[in-house]
Formats: sequence, structure tokens, C-alpha cells
Amino acid sequence: MSMMEDIRLKVESLLRTERLPHVWCSGCGIGITLNAFLRAVVRANIDPNQLAVVSGIGCTGRAAGYVNVDSFHTTHGRAIPFAVGLKFARPDMHVVVFSGDGDLFAIGGNHFVNAARRNHDILVIAVNNFIYGMTGGQHGPTTPTGAFTTTTPYGNPDRPFNIPHLAISLGAPYAARWTTHHLMQLQNSIYTALHRKGFRVIEVISQCPTVYGRRNSMRDPLTMMEYFKKNSIIKHDATFEEMELTYNGKIVVGVFRDVQGIPTYEERYEDIIRRAKK
Amino acid sequence: MNAGRYFWSGDIAAAEGAIAAGCRFYAGYPITPSSEIAERMALRLPQVGGRFIEMEDEIGSIAAIIGASWTGVKAMTATAGPGISLMNENIGLAVMTEVPIVIVNAMRGAPSTGLPTLIGQGDIMQAKWGSHGSYEIISIYPSNVQETFDLMIDAFNYAERYRVPVIFLLDALLAHMYEKLDVPPQEEIDKRVINRKKPTKPPGETLIYQPDEDLVPPMPAVGEGYKIHATGLTHNEKGHPELTVDAQEKLVKRLNDKIRKHAREIWKVEEYLTDDAKLIVFAAGSEARAVRTAVDMARKEGLKVGLMRPITVWPFPHEYVEKYAVDYLVSEINYGQMYHMVREYASGRVELFPGMGGEIHTPQQVLRAIRRMIE
Repeated sequence: MSMMEDIRLKVESLLRTERLPHVWCSGCGIGITLNAFLRAVVRANIDPNQLAVVSGIGCTGRAAGYVNVDSFHTTHGRAIPFAVGLKFARPDMHVVVFSGDGDLFAIGGNHFVNAARRNHDILVIAVNNFIYGMTGGQHGPTTPTGAFTTTTPYGNPDRPFNIPHLAISLGAPYAARWTTHHLMQLQNSIYTALHRKGFRVIEVISQCPTVYGRRNSMRDPLTMMEYFKKNSIIKHDATFEEMELTYNGKIVVGVFRDVQGIPTYEERYEDIIRRAKK
Repeated sequence: MNAGRYFWSGDIAAAEGAIAAGCRFYAGYPITPSSEIAERMALRLPQVGGRFIEMEDEIGSIAAIIGASWTGVKAMTATAGPGISLMNENIGLAVMTEVPIVIVNAMRGAPSTGLPTLIGQGDIMQAKWGSHGSYEIISIYPSNVQETFDLMIDAFNYAERYRVPVIFLLDALLAHMYEKLDVPPQEEIDKRVINRKKPTKPPGETLIYQPDEDLVPPMPAVGEGYKIHATGLTHNEKGHPELTVDAQEKLVKRLNDKIRKHAREIWKVEEYLTDDAKLIVFAAGSEARAVRTAVDMARKEGLKVGLMRPITVWPFPHEYVEKYAVDYLVSEINYGQMYHMVREYASGRVELFPGMGGEIHTPQQVLRAIRRMIE
């Protein structure tokens, strides 16, 4: 058996194949991201029984339903606090939050901010497709200023989150951004992050041709991927200003922060238990 | 705690009762008049190897205890009106995914911010109907500090036995009032403790939402290899989403029936001088303490009056109400909540003696209401 075939079979064992085909539109980038995640898990040789995946609500929120590990499809915005409870109660488990931009940063923004501040030992894979896809294409907290959506018919007056900047400002020890075009870099980044501790954030810029691209002159998946390819610049030492995303503008990608040795909440609490038991 | 006599508030008794029941995980957000529960848990849980976390809000708190409960730990939170309103969506998630949790709601004057330090009983209906959809939960409501400690054991037992959120009602008066209580030896409490059913079949042969005959599915924990999938979407016995009329009918009916069919095992009701009563005053929590005094005063005047105190508020103990063909006076610190339930099941006249919140009725006020109704 070839190595590729071996990896494919291992990835397949991490999927609830009986549930396929999935709900995502053809050309959607969530599947690419999920595949990169599962390949990284295979490469990292993580025991599937020691891995829990938690999602919120939305297109990306459906990811938990397809992974063949302990997996939870929770309420809108609450994947992070759910994962916090799970991780804090079982610090030996690998806990990954796999959810979308609206879920994590609008309705769930307060949880993101505070979980990052406390430095819970959780990996957050944040799929950013610039839009609320499941509900039909309303603008969200990451929609670029000026973009057209069903709730910004004259262009978006709102300002998008700069997710890596946000994560770094809160002290997150690992913060990266890739697009679905950067398949290997994304997979490598998830692989690295799986070996790190603390609140790790990987933003994945992903195409939604169905309800984002078609209203913003990128009607098909290929055009969106072309845009990611042509406009992305790898710059690991980017400034916060450079990390900002603009409408149809440059996308600065890279691993913007990767530091080790910051104690996690879970580690600090072990010390609390020791002190309380004295 | 060591067995013995203590002088505790309702809040402290709730926290200590939870620990005695085996609770080892607490996530919460401070709110009057329940904050002392969080403070006690922050102090005590790490001493027994448990974990306490102060979250960013009540929504995060309840999400965290649901996540924690999936690891097999007994988990709780405590809050009051504004916090319970925020928690309601995830109470629905815990109902739908059948996660054992205990939520203390120390009721205060409401609506909105209302009277943070003063009593209300306005969250009785919300305890049952707060989240969207048709579902059943279990709710219990003590009326003194000893009972608060003792009933916390039952609260966890119900949550674990039926895989359901249990809403443990307190009120501001009881939460902050100090009384003597006796803590029994832990070995005696342990004999009473019920833990959740674990799957008997290995992973691969277990459908994680396949119920036993009692309509409750055994519950695996994360990390045991069962590859749990839980979703708030309508799901089948595998736990996978199945968005059909048939799956909805099967699941939602069972979620309700698993509580309704065990109602008689769950109900706890205190009756005081009801045997020969012509009028029964129906009251719960701190309000019932004033009513008991009023009943004694009425008896001295020769009035045949009794007290019925629902300790189990939900599922509503309707058979106790139906048992007596008498008139009922429902005395509560709201503008009519339990009143509607009593009216649904009573055969005689039912009247409401309401209080808008801030204080319980005085026994004299209740006595006057009794006299008015009898005349």
C-alpha cells in the first residue's frame, strides 16, 4: 500500500463515513480544512480516543458531526465554553474547537476573549468564510468593509475582526492564518499546534462561493481560490496592520506567534489543588 | 464535611450538600443572592480534588458544566433570575442531549434586575418553561437550611438517574438565612447517592442514545472509546442528526415520558394538618414557613386549615392536589404561577394570595386571607 493510500485510510477512519455525503455545498472550503485537520491528527499519531472535537452552530459547526471521535455539536457561540468545561474536567484529553467566524467571534466573542485570556489548553480552528452561510449569506463579524451580502445590499459599513491580532493581544501562545489554498502549510500548522500547549488559534480563510463569492464577483470556487492564491503573502513577522483584511485585498498569512512555556489555566489549577489540600 | 452540627446559610448548605452528593465541578458567574455558593465551592472543591472556575458569564458557565458532565463528573452551577434567563438556551441543550447537571436558582424580586437582595418566587414557571420547546425537567424547592443540604443529594440523584437538568430553587431569604443543621456521616450519605448508568456493551456495539426500559440511555464518558456524538439537533439513537417528523416524535416524546412516567418516584410533598382540612393553603419555600404559622393560628380559632408544600415543584405533584376535594388558597410571592397549576387539578375553589416580591407574607396576612376565603 502506498503511503498516500495509508494516510487516506487513516483519515477515513476518523470520519463517520456513514454520514456522508456532508451538508456542505460543492466547492466549499470547510471540507478542505477538515481534511487538513484530520491529516494533521494522523501525522501527529494522536489516539482518537483521547481527542474531542467541539463545534458551535453554522456551516462549520457541522464539522463535529462528521469526525469519528467524541464530538459535540453545541449551541450557537458556545463551543469554546463547552470545550473549556470538558478540558478543565479532563486535562489529559486533546480538545479542539472547530467552528466558524460568526459562531466564534460574534455571538461567541466574549467566550473567545476570556478563554484566550485564561489560556485554556484548547486548539481553535476558526474557519473564516466572511459570511453567515447556513442562514443564507448575511454579513458577519469578519465580512470585509464594502462587501455585498444579503444584509449589506449597499456594501458593508461594518469593520471586520483582525483575528490573529485579537488572539495575540489576549496572550494566545499560538496564532496563525492560512487560506484553503495553503493546504500543506495549513496541515503543518495544525500539526505544530497539536504539539503546543495553551490557547492556540488558527484562522483559515475559506471560500463560500454559494452565498459570499457570487455577490462579490467571485461566482465559482475556482475564482475564489485564484483570489486566495494571487493575493496571499506569507509573512510570519507581519505587523498587526498588515494582518488586517480588506475587501478583495491582500491576505497576509503565516504563523504570527508561536511561543512556549506560558502556563495554561489547567496547569495553574493543579497548583491550586495542591495548595488547597495542604 | 465531617458529620456534626453546623450553622450555615442556605447557600453554604447548597454548596456543601452538592459536595456531599459527589459534585466535583463548578462553573459559575457571581450574582446576588447565589454568590456565596460560588465562594464556598471555590474554597472547598480543590480541597476534595474537584475543580472550580469562574466564567465570563452565565452562558459560559452552563456550557462549561455541560461539557464537564460528559467527562463523567458531577457538575453544577448556581445563579439567580438574570443569570437563569441567560442560561435557558443551554438548559434546552442539556435536555436534548440528556446531560446530568444541577442548576441552583436563588430567586429574587423580578422582572429584570428587580430586587437583587430580596425574595421573589417569580421563576417557578420559568424553571419548567424557560427554554424553547416542550420538555420536562425536575425542579425542587426546599424551605429551610437542613432541607437544602439534604435535597442537594436528591437533586444530583435525579440528574444522574434521569439524565436531565435539575433546577434547584432557592429564594433570597433562604439563600442568605443562617440556621442550624445536622450533617450526617458521609458513609450514610454515600448509601443514598445514585450515579449515572454506564453502558454495559463495549464501544462499537453501543448506540449511545438507545434507551433502556426506563427510557433513560446509559451514558458513556469522553475518552472511553465510545466515539460519542451529541447534538442539539433532533437525533436518532446513534446520536446523529435526523431531521424528520418521525425522529422528532420518537425523541421528544421519550424526553418527556422519561420524567412523566417516573413522576411518582420523584414527587416529594409535605402535608401539614391536611387530613381534616376544609381549606388547604398551597405554598413553597420560605413563604411556606409563614403559612405554617398562619395555619397554626387558624387552627386555634377552630378553622380547619392545612398546608400543602410542594418540595418537588416540577413535575408538578398534581395527584396530591387532586387527593382532597377542598378549597385551595395559593400563597406565593408572584402574581400567580403555582396558582394556575393548582387550579388545573383542584376540584373546589382556588384563590390566589399574591405578593409582588421583596418580602414573604406575614402569618397575620395569610390568616386574614384564610378567614376571607372561609367566610
